[in-house]
Amino acid sequence: MARRNGAPEVNAGSMADIAFLLLIFFLVTTTIETDAGLDRMLPPMEPPEDNVIIKQKNIFTVNINKNGQLLVEDELMNLQDLREAAKAFLENGADGSCTYCKGRGDLNSSDNPDKAIISLKNDRETKYSTYITVQNELVGAYNDLRDREAERLYGQKFTKMEAEYLNPETPSSVRDDLKDKVKRVQEMFPQKLSEAETSTN
Amino acid sequence: MAKFAKKKDGDLPAVSTASLPDIVFMLLFFFMTVTTMKDSSLLVENTLPNATEIKKLEKKDRVIYIYVGKPTQEYAKVFGTEPKIQLNDKFASVEEVGSYILAERAKKPQELQNVLTTALKVDKNANMGLIADIKQQLREVNALKVNYTTYEGNAFNNLQ
Repeated sequence: MARRNGAPEVNAGSMADIAFLLLIFFLVTTTIETDAGLDRMLPPMEPPEDNVIIKQKNIFTVNINKNGQLLVEDELMNLQDLREAAKAFLENGADGSCTYCKGRGDLNSSDNPDKAIISLKNDRETKYSTYITVQNELVGAYNDLRDREAERLYGQKFTKMEAEYLNPETPSSVRDDLKDKVKRVQEMFPQKLSEAETSTN
Repeated sequence: MAKFAKKKDGDLPAVSTASLPDIVFMLLFFFMTVTTMKDSSLLVENTLPNATEIKKLEKKDRVIYIYVGKPTQEYAKVFGTEPKIQLNDKFASVEEVGSYILAERAKKPQELQNVLTTALKVDKNANMGLIADIKQQLREVNALKVNYTTYEGNAFNNLQ
């Protein structure tokens, strides 16, 4: 009678094949990329209760027509010049209360960054790509100014600080530290970008 | 001397493959953890515009996607060539966007329902009229946080 020394060993030779099969399946179905884009907030449905009167000089109007042409402050403008024009408007500082602004202090332009509002209007036939380019330039104008102030105060770029602050992998001790800095720079140039309903003609 | 003669020269010892499953399993676990299944196939053309001032969309479980673009060639015969909205796996009209957002929101866990972002993946050739209608719908259901998903690149390339 044959002697039995416990259970016979299972042949593990095909283990590699099985694992390879699974590996190839996951290799094929995998997508590692994360999406990125421009973050925006839509205005809420109910209008604010008190009707605030905004001076015309504190509004920077940008109109895009259906051919993708820009009308900025009632003048035709190239898309390439929009960023500089928006920056000049934002940090104009006509009332002198903004100590860090480097604008010209033009009395017919915005009082201070807190009051400055950019109003964006577009036609229903405007192409989406043009709209995104304009949005990108306007957000870029804010980011440029914030970068400059963050570099002056903390020696690093605002966009980098914000990305690190929003990254969930950043340790919470670093995040708490960044929170105040990010907030402070954001308040120096608050993003006030209003989008009216699109015009039909 | 016979002891040495026995060894045939040029005969390599076999490489042990015993650790092969371990290596493969390691790779397998890596891909299993980083994998995200694609949940809907695209019915519309979706060439996104470029932008430079972009922010990453972290945490995929907090995002609701809306696709907009021309129907792809195989659907163009049935649905025409005007840009359409795609929700999940089918075409939808503008009026359905609101209820879609509410339905998707209800599916998410309670604590995430207030921090959802709507990612608009819009083809660069779409018109703003349709986007404006979608934005109006989003405002009506109070989904105010949107992300215009783009590729990273020079924004002026969009104009060509």
